[in-house]
Amino acid sequence: MDYSWIQISVAAVFLSVVITLVLSRGYGWLSPTFWRNAAVVSSMIMLFILMWLTFDTTEKIRPGAGRVPTWTVINHQIGLKWDGEKRRQVPVVGEQTGFFGKVYSPDEAFALINKGKMTLQGRNCMECHQILGNGAYYAPDLTRAWLDPWWEERIMPALGVASREEAMKTWLQHPDKYPQGRRRMPNLHFSDEEAVALVAFLKWMSAIDTNGFPPRFGVAQ
Amino acid sequence: MNAFALRQPKELFESQKLALWYFAVAVLLFGVQIIFGLLMAYQYIDPEFLYGKLSFMTNRTLHVNAMIVWLLVGLMGGVYWFLPLETGREVVGIKLAKFIWWVIVAGVGVVVLVYAFVQVGPGNAYTLWFINEGREYVEAPRWADFAIVAWVAIFLFNVIATTLAARRITGLLGVLIFDLVALGALYTAGMHYTVNVTMDQYLWWWVVHLWVEATWEVLVGVVMGWSLMYLLGTPRKLIETWLFLEVALVFGTGILGLGHHYFWIGTPEYWIGLGGFFSALEPLPLVAMVVHAVYDSGAHRLHTVNRPALFWAIAQAFGNFIGAGVWGFMQTLPQINMYSHGTQLAAAHGHFSFFGAYVGTVLTLVYIAVQNARKRVVVPLDSRLWPWAYGFLIFSIIGVVASFTISGFAQTMIERAELGSTWNAYITSYTHPWYTNTHWWRFWMGMLFLGAYVALVWDLLTIGRKPAAAVEAAHD
Repeated sequence: MDYSWIQISVAAVFLSVVITLVLSRGYGWLSPTFWRNAAVVSSMIMLFILMWLTFDTTEKIRPGAGRVPTWTVINHQIGLKWDGEKRRQVPVVGEQTGFFGKVYSPDEAFALINKGKMTLQGRNCMECHQILGNGAYYAPDLTRAWLDPWWEERIMPALGVASREEAMKTWLQHPDKYPQGRRRMPNLHFSDEEAVALVAFLKWMSAIDTNGFPPRFGVAQ
Repeated sequence: MNAFALRQPKELFESQKLALWYFAVAVLLFGVQIIFGLLMAYQYIDPEFLYGKLSFMTNRTLHVNAMIVWLLVGLMGGVYWFLPLETGREVVGIKLAKFIWWVIVAGVGVVVLVYAFVQVGPGNAYTLWFINEGREYVEAPRWADFAIVAWVAIFLFNVIATTLAARRITGLLGVLIFDLVALGALYTAGMHYTVNVTMDQYLWWWVVHLWVEATWEVLVGVVMGWSLMYLLGTPRKLIETWLFLEVALVFGTGILGLGHHYFWIGTPEYWIGLGGFFSALEPLPLVAMVVHAVYDSGAHRLHTVNRPALFWAIAQAFGNFIGAGVWGFMQTLPQINMYSHGTQLAAAHGHFSFFGAYVGTVLTLVYIAVQNARKRVVVPLDSRLWPWAYGFLIFSIIGVVASFTISGFAQTMIERAELGSTWNAYITSYTHPWYTNTHWWRFWMGMLFLGAYVALVWDLLTIGRKPAAAVEAAHD
């Protein structure tokens, strides 16, 4: 898109005011007609801009279009790096490492992440956790769950497993047995298939460019 | 005392009798919301309380869904109450309206039982259709979504057909129809499944934001307009001019203010500027409402036909401005929101704004209906009990909000700003004394809120039973 947010904002307000004034010639600013015109005009202009931006946004958030990763990102190493120009962290995709010892084809990866998303919804994760910052506030934000250093620092040694995906899968299936902090996650009885799919979804989500949210992830100690 | 600007005939219209059912269910679900809120407040203190049986997630689902349903039911009840007064005739399609109402009541009962006892399901389409859609606020399984769309469609038909039959469209009715079309259409944006979580949340906010920060606010403008005409006899021209101004400002700022939910979900960077700019303007209509409320009630020196309703209307104006406007503005700029988003501060804003904007409105409507539902209509409606319920509901919600605000500041500071937003940072923040100290305070303020709710219900059942003269004498 060739327009900045300032241009869009100024144009939206300017058009709303000018069209209202033109339509309301002959009416004082205290008359109902003036404000009825203002209501209809501003609603229509803002709605039109929302529709236009929705088309633009939809293009830009397609998996693989730059901001949202392709499904096969789960086969790769992922991380965050500081972007000095943008002054925020951006996700980086590294070499191919496989996922649970396997390289997933695009179709297989899609099917797995789809299963993970359905599991996320079916187990109502959002009513304790946040997904991309949205949800309830009783458990950690999952936006960057895959990248959390806690898996390597605490969970892998505690469970005695060698890989991050194994640690996440095993912990998710028995969170009640390995409480972290005072609040325990209930055992939601994920099947093996569901747990693997959920880990895939979380890994894929961790590679979305969220404009730097959550801030300074994993940087400070 | 001014004459009623909206005359209430002696016999209630059928749609007003239906509205009484709407209000009864709304007030009942208000109680359900409070009970599940209290269970959660106690789980903050003791996370093992009801662990695995009625976990936090289940209580929260019931808490927020009860809230949305009771507030929407209350607002719709307000429309069924005032529509025949506005058009001077019975609502067209009232039989259909009664039929869908009982379908919805049964449906809500089934959904609540499934939420409470089945709770979650396997990760497949069956769960999304029949148990729980797992998307905060719009968890309703898909079958219930269709029931809700049918309900809103019949409601819209009632309003449009009654307006056409009356052969008279007022500014209030015009705005109502315009708003209800948008409200119904927006709900369908939440009725889909997509793997791409960014796209999912993009459209999810069309329901969540464009309902509560746009179409609901305008619906409130309409029913509060009718309420003020009834309570104070405010002239229609004044009400309609203000309403148009409200719509211009609410839709003018709120539609693109939607951008403040698109800062961090993976959407392009221009939303940061757009969302910050327009959502910073969103308090403007709320300031206008406060000006209107103060001016109008001052001009009438608080003389009204219904004191509790007028006081709830004033509380609504201030509560909407402070809860939605001030507490929202406090964290809406992206520079701040990056750190505060998804913390307890969001819960502080949520509690304050829903209470201020919508609870105040629905209780205004309920008191107006209660006044006219009795055999003898007492004017002015007053009691000794309502100021206690009113005062303690407001006091205790402020207490709850204050505790969320403080734990939110602590969480923002410790988890986000200092420790880098990880799992460990999260645990460090919620076990910090600045955070945990607020738990008890929040719980007891919640208990006080429950007590005030009981007083409110008692007052609603008894107010107006005594003749006005006796109440006046009691005041002397």
